Amino acid sequence: MNFIATNPEENFTYAVLLGTVLGLITRGWMLKIDYRQYPTYLHGRIIHVSLGFIAAALGAVAVPSLFQQNYTAITFLALAAQQFRDVRNMERETLSKVDQMELVPRGAVYIEGIAMVFEGRNYLVIFVAFLTSLATVLVHIYAGVIVGFISLFLSHLLMSGKSVSHVALIEAAPVIIKGPDLYVGDIYMMNVGLTDTQQWIEKYGVGFILTPRNRDCRVTIANIGQRQAILHDVSTVMVPFRDTGNPSLVPIAKLDMEDGRLAIFLVIHDTDEKKAKAVLEKVPLLELAVRMPTEAIKEMGASPGSNAQ
Amino acid sequence: LGTSLENYILAVVSINKEQIGGGAPIFFVKDEKELQGIAFLLEKILDGMAHDLKNGTMIIVRH
Repeated sequence: MNFIATNPEENFTYAVLLGTVLGLITRGWMLKIDYRQYPTYLHGRIIHVSLGFIAAALGAVAVPSLFQQNYTAITFLALAAQQFRDVRNMERETLSKVDQMELVPRGAVYIEGIAMVFEGRNYLVIFVAFLTSLATVLVHIYAGVIVGFISLFLSHLLMSGKSVSHVALIEAAPVIIKGPDLYVGDIYMMNVGLTDTQQWIEKYGVGFILTPRNRDCRVTIANIGQRQAILHDVSTVMVPFRDTGNPSLVPIAKLDMEDGRLAIFLVIHDTDEKKAKAVLEKVPLLELAVRMPTEAIKEMGASPGSNAQ
Repeated sequence: LGTSLENYILAVVSINKEQIGGGAPIFFVKDEKELQGIAFLLEKILDGMAHDLKNGTMIIVRH
């Protein structure tokens, strides 16, 4: 058996087929339905699988068309990029609309992050399909399969982001009510006037304190978008104890401005602290909330005289 | 998590007649028990949040 293709054109059909299939597998693997329940079951899934199919086909077809010196075909990739930017807009719009109807909203930063991920996943699908197709045309179908699966795992690795537990130490803290003042540990949260509400809080209130692991993390967890994402995720999983027009039971997060610790106060039905902590640890670290002040300082130190403004 | 000044006082409930004045609707009550009762109702009706100023006065705030 000849493992190096003598005539690349022989493999064109296989290249397109294999590229498309592996691209689709990539999309399918990245299409997770988890506790955040997004995309919605069935219909949301169909939309993303279909778009993934288009992306995979585009990536796979690009290689044979280049081999046939059909260079205009590459412009279709630009078209695809435009298409997937629309995916991002679509996601943003849908989620922003849905967010207005949430008891504990996701927040704009979380939504932007999700929209970005959806766009990014389609590019990864193109990337996997393109590499698979290229390997099939240049070498052999087997090579295509191997390269395809390697890039599939690679793209999965690229897409797995960090979580809150990477930037902060999470500890359960008591919810303390002193008169109308509400504290989580030693951090002041808010003033709750009604004894009725205070009783609910005593029963269903859960507190956590997040201690940032370093200077960079301190800025990241202070981000309002990141805080809202934490509140949304934990509340959603642990079932929020609140209704419309009840601002005194809204979950909040407050900073200890002196040392950068973040106190989280939640009113949830399932008050199992261990479970809530496990959820809290897995809250995604939002790409848009990450700040690297120490990097900036390092850079300034590396080039003395540069006037960083 | 407000970052702007959008909170405002919807109503004031107080035991102390002398201390209170101003623009928001004021409800005078006779004791702590009635203070809690009126504040509770107002909180539910106005969809605001009751805050205790610890001097016999409660304010209902829209956040």
